Amino acid sequence: MKNCEYQQIDPRALSVSPSSAQNHLEKKEQRPRRKWEVFPGKNRFFCDGRIMLARQSGVLPLTLGLIVVTCGLFFAFDCPFLVEHLTIFIPVIGGMLFVFVVISLLRTSFTDPGILPRATPDEAADIEKQIDTSGSSTYRPPPRTKEILINQQVVKLKYCFTCKMFRPPRTSHCSLCDNCVERFDHHCPWVGNCVGKRNYRFFYSFIISLSFLTSFIFGCVITHITLRKYSHSTKRHRYHSVLVICFFSIWSILGLSGFHTYLVASNLTTNEDIKGSWSSKRGAEESGNPYSYNSIITNCCVTLCGPMPPSLIDRRGFLSPDEAIPAASASEIELPLFAAKNDTHMVG
Amino acid sequence: MYFVSRKCAVVRIYQVRLQDLQQPAVSSKVFIQRDYSSGTICKFQTKFPSELESRIDKQQFEETIQTLNNLYAEAEKLGGKSYLEGCLACLTAYTIFLCMETHYEKVLKKIARYIKDQNEKIYAPRGLLLTDPIERGLRVVEITIFEDRSIGSGR
Repeated sequence: MKNCEYQQIDPRALSVSPSSAQNHLEKKEQRPRRKWEVFPGKNRFFCDGRIMLARQSGVLPLTLGLIVVTCGLFFAFDCPFLVEHLTIFIPVIGGMLFVFVVISLLRTSFTDPGILPRATPDEAADIEKQIDTSGSSTYRPPPRTKEILINQQVVKLKYCFTCKMFRPPRTSHCSLCDNCVERFDHHCPWVGNCVGKRNYRFFYSFIISLSFLTSFIFGCVITHITLRKYSHSTKRHRYHSVLVICFFSIWSILGLSGFHTYLVASNLTTNEDIKGSWSSKRGAEESGNPYSYNSIITNCCVTLCGPMPPSLIDRRGFLSPDEAIPAASASEIELPLFAAKNDTHMVG
Repeated sequence: MYFVSRKCAVVRIYQVRLQDLQQPAVSSKVFIQRDYSSGTICKFQTKFPSELESRIDKQQFEETIQTLNNLYAEAEKLGGKSYLEGCLACLTAYTIFLCMETHYEKVLKKIARYIKDQNEKIYAPRGLLLTDPIERGLRVVEITIFEDRSIGSGR
């Protein structure tokens, strides 16, 4: 072999050159971005990612307003009379219930319900590869499902086209928030958020404490009116508004509390109950649901007092430099794939 | 001209090799999926993937996954302690979660330390890297396989 003459290159010069290109890129990014800023779902974030809400806050301001106004009227006009004639504990109990209700409501609204982060491009590609090899490629089967056995019961896992993964059991995709939520119960417009695995206990404590609060206020106002009947009656219209609000809300809230108590006792979600997923043809309710522990107390303890799962979306974490840049290229790659699939569908 | 271009070609090859030494290239990624046979608890499949056959022992891999499964089971365990934590939280209107670390979070830190330890001792020397499942939403255990570069072995 001929001896090729070449210049001795300083390795340190080589190591500097690729990183100097990176430094140049980093200088373009003024500050490190947090993950909530690039979150793909339709959620809104406040306080630098600490608080999250759905895109449409729904009637959350109305809910808060109704509770605050009703309690305000109660404390202003009923409590002085009742303290004088009955006991000081009435406003104390009322106050405690009010505080509990507001805190539970805010916790339900502002907590991550159990959102599953979307699959990374590598994961999505791996799943696509597995689906193509296992199924026949002559036609594209409509919904992609995978059947698994849970406690000797067959459960179908559906593929989520938005999040590019097979949804875990009991997970559902909320179209309003555009996220897959674990143990999805329902999207509640009154709290302006989905109700799922992480905030179901807050939601349940909210409706139970609200039932107690409305029943308590209703009872106190009725007592007030009855006691005032034997003295001169004034300011009747104010009692009527509080009474009317309480009367109408009591039926719906008590009904909802009762319904959710049944769901908690049988370890079901509203979603499963409405779809009738586990209403077995045999007629025996316990054997249908594979997640039930077949004991009311255990089901209640698990749902309400179980360990608090962590948030999987890591809103306040910082984006690594390589995560921020390929986001654009990943979307470019997806489009031709989708176009190719469309073509085959049209031809087939 | 010919001499100059050959010189440039040799220089370029040298440049590429040094870059490869600094950053090993990713060959492929293997994803260990969740095992839902016992319900919705966090548990990963212990089936040994074929892509890792040349890199690591089946037993070693199964031991890692089984330990991870045991740690997640510990985090989600239903017992007196977790019920007490839940009841206490309910009584304080769940404000206690704002100042106290939950049992689950403590176990997650333990899992992170275990994965780091496993990577340093077992997986990195074999050109593999385990990614903590929490960074993938507890959906998969991602194992990155780096290209096997044995420089100087053929010379």
